[in-house]
Amino acid sequence: MPKLTVDGVEVEVEAGATVLQACEAAGAEIPRFCYHERLAIAGNCRMCLVEMEKAPKPIASCAMPAGDGMVIHTNTPTVKKAREGVLEFLLINHPLDCPICDQGGECDLQDQAMAFGPLHSRYHEPKRAVPDKYMGPLIGTVMTRCIHCTRCIRFSEEIAGVSVIGAINRGEHMEITTLGQAITSELSGNVIDLCPVGALTSKPYQFTARPWELRKTESIDAMDAVGSNIRIDARGNEVMRILPRLNEDVNEEWISDKTRFVYDGLKRQRLDRPYLRKDGKLTAVSWDEALEAVAAKLKALKGEEIAAIAGDLSAVEDLVALKDLVTELGSANLDCRQDGAAIDPSCRAGYLFNTTIAGIEDADALLIVGSNPRIEAPIINARIRKTWLRGDLKIGLVGAAADLTYAYDHLGEGGDVLQAVIDGSHEFATVLKNAENPMIIVGTGALTRPDGAAVLAGLRKLAGDCGAVRDGWNGFNLLHLAASRVGALDIGFVPGEGGRDLAGIMAGAAAGEIKAVFLAGADEIDMQGLGDAFVIYTGSHGDAGAHRADAILPGAAYTEKDATWVNTEGRVQQGFRAVFPPGDAREDWAIYRALSGHLGKPLPYNSLEELRARMVEAVPHLGATDTVTPAEWGDFGQAGAIDAAVLRTPVEDFYLSNAIARASATMARCSAELLDAITGATGTDG
Amino acid sequence: MSADKQESFSFSPENLEKAKAIIAKYPQGRQRSAVMPLLDLAQRQNGNWLSEAAMHYVAEMLDLPYIRVYEVASFYTMYNLKPVGKYHLQLCRTTPCWLRGAGDLRQVIKDKLGISHGETTEDGLFTMTEVECLGACCNAPMVQINDDYYEDLDADIMAGLLDKLASGEVPPAGSQKGRRGSEPFGERTTLLEKGDS
Ligand code: SF4
Ligand code: FES
Ligand code: FES
Repeated sequence: MPKLTVDGVEVEVEAGATVLQACEAAGAEIPRFCYHERLAIAGNCRMCLVEMEKAPKPIASCAMPAGDGMVIHTNTPTVKKAREGVLEFLLINHPLDCPICDQGGECDLQDQAMAFGPLHSRYHEPKRAVPDKYMGPLIGTVMTRCIHCTRCIRFSEEIAGVSVIGAINRGEHMEITTLGQAITSELSGNVIDLCPVGALTSKPYQFTARPWELRKTESIDAMDAVGSNIRIDARGNEVMRILPRLNEDVNEEWISDKTRFVYDGLKRQRLDRPYLRKDGKLTAVSWDEALEAVAAKLKALKGEEIAAIAGDLSAVEDLVALKDLVTELGSANLDCRQDGAAIDPSCRAGYLFNTTIAGIEDADALLIVGSNPRIEAPIINARIRKTWLRGDLKIGLVGAAADLTYAYDHLGEGGDVLQAVIDGSHEFATVLKNAENPMIIVGTGALTRPDGAAVLAGLRKLAGDCGAVRDGWNGFNLLHLAASRVGALDIGFVPGEGGRDLAGIMAGAAAGEIKAVFLAGADEIDMQGLGDAFVIYTGSHGDAGAHRADAILPGAAYTEKDATWVNTEGRVQQGFRAVFPPGDAREDWAIYRALSGHLGKPLPYNSLEELRARMVEAVPHLGATDTVTPAEWGDFGQAGAIDAAVLRTPVEDFYLSNAIARASATMARCSAELLDAITGATGTDG
Repeated sequence: MSADKQESFSFSPENLEKAKAIIAKYPQGRQRSAVMPLLDLAQRQNGNWLSEAAMHYVAEMLDLPYIRVYEVASFYTMYNLKPVGKYHLQLCRTTPCWLRGAGDLRQVIKDKLGISHGETTEDGLFTMTEVECLGACCNAPMVQINDDYYEDLDADIMAGLLDKLASGEVPPAGSQKGRRGSEPFGERTTLLEKGDS
C-alpha cells in the first residue's frame, strides 16, 4: 500500500488508489468536474491539477495512480494558478446564464468558480453556442452550458448499459448528443445529478423551483421493493422533485426514473374526501358520516364475512392497524399477496432477498427465474450489471428473454427447463454447484402461476443442492415488486387460523359468503370478482379499487406520512412526511383507528409511537431500523410438478405499475415513448 | 451526387474479404478496434464519403453501438460525412503555405470552378475544402487531391492541374516543379563538405 505525503500530511492508501483519493484521505479538498467515484476515469477537465514534487508540471490527480513516496502539494501558488486557468478556459464558452439556469444554486461550476476561479473575465470575444439536443421526455438540455466532462456518456455506457449518448466532432466543435433519440434507460434521470452544470436538467422540474426554496425531507421510495433512499424536495405542500440519497447497501447513489419522476402523480387523481356510494353513485360525505356508515355495515356482519386485502403501497403501520381491526372484528380473512403469488409466509428466508443487494457483488453465479430485474427493480439490475462488468459473474435466465443490459445464458423459457436445472440434469446446475457464492433470484411472476408453490419448493431444493445456503451466505432470493409486501408478510398479513387467502376471499365474495372487503390500496385485483361485497377502499388515488368501492376513506401517499417500510431484502427503513395529505385525507392507520372507535372496539393505540411500540413488540426486528435481520433457513413451498409453461415477469408496464404512477403524466409519456425500447426482447444472449 | 442520403450500404464481395482480413488482425475480443480501417474501406467503396447507412453497416459488423462509430467518423476529418466530388481538393491554408501563395490557389479554384470552402461543383467533379497543415510545408504551397499531394504549386500550375483533372487525366503527384522529395532546387546548399562552397 503506497504511502504519500500530501501537504505535509503522510497518508497510506489502498494500492490502485489515485492521487486525488490520497488527497481526500489526507483531508485536502480537490475540485473536480469529470471525476466521479462510480465512473471510469476520464481525466479530461483538468480541474483536479495538483503539484507533485519532481514533476515538471502540475498533474491531473484523478488520473494519476498514487505511488509510494510521492510528495503532493495542493495549496501552492502554482496549483491556485492552474485552477484559475482551467476555470477561465471553461468559462470562455460557458454562457454564464446562472440566473435562468435550473442548476443555479447547486451547480459544481458555479460553486467552484466562486471558490477557485479568477473571479473576473478577460474574454470579450463571441462565445460559441451549441444547439440543444432531444434526449427524451425526462431530460431537458441546454447544451451551450456543457463542459464536456463526459460523465453522462460514461454513466449511460457503464452503469445504465445503454450506449446512446456520445461526443461527436472534436475540439471547439465537440458536442454531446444522442443523435436525436431518447435515452432509452430506466435509470436515465441520474445523468441530471451527474451533470456538473445545467446542461442536462430535469424536464418535468424545469423552471418550477429554485433549490434554496425547497424543504428537504429524507425518506424512502415506495415505487418498488428496493426501498431506494430518497430526498423529497417540497415547497409549501407540493412535492417539487425527488432525488436519490446515498446508501451504499441499497441504491448507492442512483434511483430509477419511476422513483424520480413519478411525483406529478401525487397531485392528480387524489382521493381527498371520503365518499359513500349512494344509489349507485359515489357521493362526497364527511368523515363522520363515512365512518358511521362503514361501522354500521360491519356491525351487522359476522367476523368470517369480513376480509381485507393489502395493496402495494401500504406502510407497515397502516397494515398493523388494519390487521388489528379486522382481527378485532373476528375475521382471519387477510391477504397481502394481491397478485396471488404462492409466497410461503411461514419461513421468512423463503420470501426475502437474502443475499442482500450489496451481497450481489460477492456472487459468482446467478440464476434468474421468471423475472426481468431491469423493470422489476432497476436498482438491483444495476448492481447485477456492475458485478457482471467485473467479469466473473456467470448469469443464466429461465424465462422470457429480455434485454437486461448484461449478457446471460438463456437457458430456456419454460418450467421444463427450470425442472431440469432443479434436478441437476441441466448444465447450469453444475455452474451453480461449482460456484463459490451461487445466487438464485426468483421473480414473483414465477410464483403467481398455479404451480407457484412447486416452483418455490423446487428452487428451495436447488438452493440447498448447489450450496447456496451456508453459514455467512444465503443465495436464495425472492425479488418482490411491492414496497409493502415484505413488511406485510413480516406482520403476518396473511390468512389466520381458518382464514381465507386471496383466492378464498374472491370466491367467498362471488358466492356471497364474504360480505365486506377492505382494500388497503389494493388496485391490482380483479374488481369484478368481488361480487356484491361491500368494498371499503383506503388509499390515496382514484384507481381501480376506488372505482369499485362502496366507501372510500382517503389515505396518505408515501410522501405524506412517517412510515416504516421493509424492502425485499428485509431491510427495515423509516420514511418521513414531506408534505401533508391533500384535503381531508389522513394517514391510513389513523383512519382504521377512528373506524375502530365508531365500531366501539377502539384499537389500543392513540399515536404513531404507541402503534409502533405494539408493532415492534409483535415483530421485534421491525424496530431494527436500517438493518437487515438475517432470516433462518427453513422449509417452504410445496413440492410438486412444474408446468412447462413460459415463465415471465408480471410487470407489463414498468412506468405504470401502480396507482400513483398511473396518475402521472410524466410516466404516461415515458410509457408511450420509452417502454418498447426498455422491455424489447433484443437480448444479448451470450 | 447531391443528396446526402443513402438507402443502404454493404461491402462488395472483394471488400468483404478485405474487411474480414482487417478484422482478423486484431486480437480476440478486440475486433472493435477495426472500426477505423473499415470506415476507410467503406468510404472508398462509397465514392469517398460515409453515409449513415455505411456507418450503421460497419457498426453492425463490429457489434458496436452506432453512436460509437459516429463519434469516430465525426472526429477524424479524413472521413467525409457528406458526399464529395470525384476530386476532393484539400487546400492547405496554414502559415507556410499561405506565405507561399495558398491564397492564389484558392482564387484560381474559385475562378475556374466557382467553389470555395466546403462547396462542390454542380457536375459533381470537384469539392474544395480548406485544411490546416498537411505536413508538406517544405514544398509549400500544396493541395491534396484525393490520396495524393501536389506540391510546389502556383496559380498557373494549379489551373493546369484542374484542366487536366476535368478532362479525365490524373497528373502525376508530388512536386510540380520537378524536384525530388524536398531536395532543394538546383544545387545542394546545406550540409556541404568543408571546402565545398
Ligand atoms: S452534458 Fe453535462 S455530464 Fe454530459 S458532458 Fe456535458 S457537462 Fe458533462
Ligand atoms: S477531475 Fe481530474 S481531469 Fe477532471
Ligand atoms: S503549411 Fe501547408 S503543408 Fe504545412
